[in-house]
Amino acid sequence: MPAPARKPYQAVVIGTSAGGLKALSAILPHLPADYPLPIMVVIHVPPHRQSLIAPLFEEKSQIRVIEAEDKTPIEGACVYFAPPDYHLLVEGNYELSLSSEEPVLFSRPSIDVLFETAADAYGDGLIGVILTGANNDGAAGLKAVMAAGGAGFIQTPQSAFARAMPEAAIEACPSALILDLDDILLELKKAA
Amino acid sequence: MPNPIARTEDIELRLLLEAIYLKYHYDFRGYAMASVKRRLNQARERFDCRSFSQLQDKVLNEPGMMDELLTYLTVQVSELFRDPAYFRAIREKVVPHLKTYPSIKVWIAGCSTGEELYSFAILFREEGLEERTMFYATDINPEALRKAEAGVYDLERMRLFTENHRLSGGKSSLSDYYSAGYGAATFDKSLRKRTVFSDHSLVTDAVFAETQMVSCRNVLIYFNKDLQGRAIGLFRDSLTRGGFLGLGSKETLRFSPHADDFSDFSRDERLYQKRGAH
Repeated sequence: MPAPARKPYQAVVIGTSAGGLKALSAILPHLPADYPLPIMVVIHVPPHRQSLIAPLFEEKSQIRVIEAEDKTPIEGACVYFAPPDYHLLVEGNYELSLSSEEPVLFSRPSIDVLFETAADAYGDGLIGVILTGANNDGAAGLKAVMAAGGAGFIQTPQSAFARAMPEAAIEACPSALILDLDDILLELKKAA
Repeated sequence: MPNPIARTEDIELRLLLEAIYLKYHYDFRGYAMASVKRRLNQARERFDCRSFSQLQDKVLNEPGMMDELLTYLTVQVSELFRDPAYFRAIREKVVPHLKTYPSIKVWIAGCSTGEELYSFAILFREEGLEERTMFYATDINPEALRKAEAGVYDLERMRLFTENHRLSGGKSSLSDYYSAGYGAATFDKSLRKRTVFSDHSLVTDAVFAETQMVSCRNVLIYFNKDLQGRAIGLFRDSLTRGGFLGLGSKETLRFSPHADDFSDFSRDERLYQKRGAH
């Protein structure tokens, strides 16, 4: 008898910082328009109020890309960017909420806050992805994702523009898959 | 995926919020739970509790614990003239309307430690509206209200506040409004002589005045949709016809049952105008 199929994944969270635009460019524009999973992204950017990142990716991606607004219901085939200067959180009823609480590890939005709340909402239905970055935000978050039974992908530090973030995540999550960007894209496609 | 309601931790969280409500009448039951849970987990660790149930025991039985928890449950992060474009839009687009009223009431709902209030007071003075305006600054956190009434902020924050004020179209120098000393900036008390500070909950209290403008920014994001609906209903009932509602830069009326009671006034700045009748 074949092994029972793993329960399908329900959502993806991605965290990145320095070098993140380029790394995300190797992933988001290559997903099909009907990629079924919702993807929530935190990228650290200077807190100017108007963010150009979501429109930038919307322009070059087939999949829908928007900046998250408060209480947006989470839907598949959509990428949600955390707005600059707000934390992005996932509610138990699969809505997004925002918060202007204190920065965590000097970051707002914080990768840890997104990952921890998403892990709480999705449990083992979540994939957490840590890409290039120059600080250790995301390590605790990915650990929470994996503790809840979710999957963890980390960009290989050698291929990262800044390796501190992937390295911190690897240290916190030794069982996560360490992959180049191409393979992360492949795994995300396979997981859907 | 676990059913979120069936998990022990979430049951304990709900019971803790119920206990807080029953004993202290602070009602966090309709807040957006992801953030409440995160912050109460921080409190739980800080007070060496293994579970939310232990924290509940503490808050029910130890004097002073509720005040401690309030600092976790209420978020106190703001700036003077936060989002300068918001204040610029008020200055350029809302003020001309307000000038047609012989007397003006402005409600700063969820004023926290007062940064929003002082921004309004300074803007209204610059625009010549101060003498006919009454401000209501309300919050549920008595400690935050005390700080708002004191009007004392870290001097090092003044650089940011000054830049925000300038970008908002400020017609004077921010330093005209505070005195600096011992690392602190103390705002001129004349700025709050027309302000009533009051304990008021958007969750459990009713409308208390007819107003021409309500500014409530980055407060509703902490509420769930039902509670957001209640709060926006209060604002609608408080506002005079054609009155203005200002929300945070990422907040929207789009998902609200009262969306039809308002029209977009300045979309990017999240300024809404109450429609003629409802």
